[in-house]
Amino acid sequence: MNILIQHGRLIDSANNIDAQHDVYIAQGKVVGIGLSPEGFKADRTIDASGLIVAPGLVDLAARLREPGLEYKATLTSELHAAVAGGVTSLACMPDTEPVLDEPGLVEMLKYRATMLNLTHVYPLGALTMQLQGKKLTEMYELTQAGCVGFTQADAPIVDTQVLWRAFEYATTFGYTLFLRAEDSFLSKDGVAHDGEVANRLGLKGIPAAAESLALATILRVASETNAKLHIARLSTAEGVALVRQAKQQGVQVTADVSAHHLHLTEHDIGFFNAHAHLKPPLRTQRDQQALCNGVLDGTIDAICSDHTPVDTDDKLLPFAESEAGATALELLLPLSLKWALDHQQPLTQAMTRITQAPAGILGIAAGKLNIGEVADIVIFDADTYHKVEAHTLKSLGKNTPFLNMELPGKVHYTLIQGLVVYQA
Amino acid sequence: MFNPQLNADGKLQHLLSIEGLPKKILNEILDTAESFVGVAEREVKKVPLLRGKTVCNIFFENSTRTRTTFEIAAKRLSADVLNLNVSTSSQSKGETILDTVNNLIAMHADMFVVRHNQSGAAHLIAQHVPPHISVINAGDGRHAHPTQGLLDVFTIRKYKPDMHNLRIAIVGDVLHSRVARSEIHALTTLGVPEVRVIAPKTLLPAGIEKLGVQVFHDMKAGLQDVDVVMMLRLQNERMSGAMLPSAQEYFKTYGLTQEKLDLAKPDAIVMHPGPMNRGVEIDSAVADGEQSVILPQVTYGIAVRMAVMAILAGGSQA
Repeated sequence: MNILIQHGRLIDSANNIDAQHDVYIAQGKVVGIGLSPEGFKADRTIDASGLIVAPGLVDLAARLREPGLEYKATLTSELHAAVAGGVTSLACMPDTEPVLDEPGLVEMLKYRATMLNLTHVYPLGALTMQLQGKKLTEMYELTQAGCVGFTQADAPIVDTQVLWRAFEYATTFGYTLFLRAEDSFLSKDGVAHDGEVANRLGLKGIPAAAESLALATILRVASETNAKLHIARLSTAEGVALVRQAKQQGVQVTADVSAHHLHLTEHDIGFFNAHAHLKPPLRTQRDQQALCNGVLDGTIDAICSDHTPVDTDDKLLPFAESEAGATALELLLPLSLKWALDHQQPLTQAMTRITQAPAGILGIAAGKLNIGEVADIVIFDADTYHKVEAHTLKSLGKNTPFLNMELPGKVHYTLIQGLVVYQA
Repeated sequence: MFNPQLNADGKLQHLLSIEGLPKKILNEILDTAESFVGVAEREVKKVPLLRGKTVCNIFFENSTRTRTTFEIAAKRLSADVLNLNVSTSSQSKGETILDTVNNLIAMHADMFVVRHNQSGAAHLIAQHVPPHISVINAGDGRHAHPTQGLLDVFTIRKYKPDMHNLRIAIVGDVLHSRVARSEIHALTTLGVPEVRVIAPKTLLPAGIEKLGVQVFHDMKAGLQDVDVVMMLRLQNERMSGAMLPSAQEYFKTYGLTQEKLDLAKPDAIVMHPGPMNRGVEIDSAVADGEQSVILPQVTYGIAVRMAVMAILAGGSQA
């Protein structure tokens, strides 16, 4: 099927394009930008007047809940949410039941995802068996099965000897480690930033130092082992500073922040709003500002959704007993656009952080629109505001602190491999 | 920010926390309690304000003492009282906290008195009950114990009526204490100019000074010239480990003895929310001594809880 996307404003940061260009698609690939290839005859023409045409979004952290946690969400529901949010490639977390620590499980997941013909799913394999932080997984075999990197999700590696070996082994094969920095002792039972709000509400706190202490260790080990490291979901000013310093010293490190942390602080917990119960916790305004600045100066390479669909019952509990996390695949684009607006940044800045940069971190061919490459495309209206409402979210998770807020950006079309898989 | 305790007219709808309550409402509760103190001394210890109403004491965490005082308060207001110890029944069958509450709503309960070991449990319930039902927080995790805070300031007002001219010290495990948080909010709202907290660093939460208190680590310095000493209970599980090395050492450093109490003003009063750990946070001689008002606190607790229930039910005359 040949598709012509007409009259849109093409933003492709990887190719330094921000201009009005038509996009020509044939056999699932981009065959022309601006200029019609010879003999091109469109079967379908999409009028993108007043809209932005961009490479599909790439998300570094989404929980799809399969296998094992289908009562929270399913692969089908969440991939429909992904395309509704313009996300065409995503890395999923291994903290399912069972944990993604065996090649067979990864193959099955990849196969099921492929059959749906929706968003491309790139599993991050478990770094240690059962995510217990003790025994390494078969990283080579897991990579053969389709893993693009390894992570502990939210589970710690307490034993620094294991951590060191994990880095050494992964580095042997050039695999990237995706780690969230949090000291498991300082964060034990904690549910909110250890500060004013947690004190006032009587919630057990997680100090900012839980991130910086663990981060200092991880960065040091990465530097010693010369590993490829990605720091997932930074939450503190000190954390941003440590990553900035490590980059200056030449450590091969990249970092991301969740879209929530660019906009919210501990005060958004209000009177025990369980939707604001996130991991890592929402921190102070100073931290939020530092995270925004980190994205501005490139210390933080990517913005991720940290999509975590939680069933309603698990949020209807006292704050500390409620399950952490927020649904966000459909909010990644709006929240990134809002970040650009709030900081008077050009749209291309925001788009880089959710297309080109995360694709580079995952090492996948996505996040850009090159002639001859796969046509994964999002077409959206950046100026229209819409209200986030539970019934309009495609995700089975209706849990978001942004419920009933007006956010910019509305996806009109999502194309994957040259096919329209979502149309508003 | 939206205050979940007040209705659209600014009247008390639930009592969840002292924080956010205006001074006017605190004084209304205290003044109403004043009129209920005499009820217990009458031959017929009852007023008909809650006749025909059903008060449910839902205790997700055991507490005989607090439950009993709420029960007595409700009965003196002529309410029917239902006591539920949920920790021992339905929670273990997988029922959620809101399931339990919805069942009681279906049985036409009018008022819930809730205790739970998680901060925010009473808020959660209050957000999910129909508008004619009131929720009283009888202690949620480390967050709040508003009736205790109120009965403490009621007691202080009885002995030291000029609240604007007091120096008050709260001593002990502030970190884990819902009582301390409620006391601090009540005292600062009512205009007490100097509230001190005295504790080792391991038992103080981050940013406690933002609640408007002065922090002391040396008990002797902290007790200097205070009018009121409010002791906090130290839970058994905190007595030895990474919080504190031992109960003995705690008693030596932060236990209230007559010798330390003598640093306070000569007419200083000593308070404790109970149950006391004699010989850990307080010496028996002080607990039973002349300056102790620990038992009057219990007596006033009933009047204060009656006042809260009466105001929530829409009446306040004894």
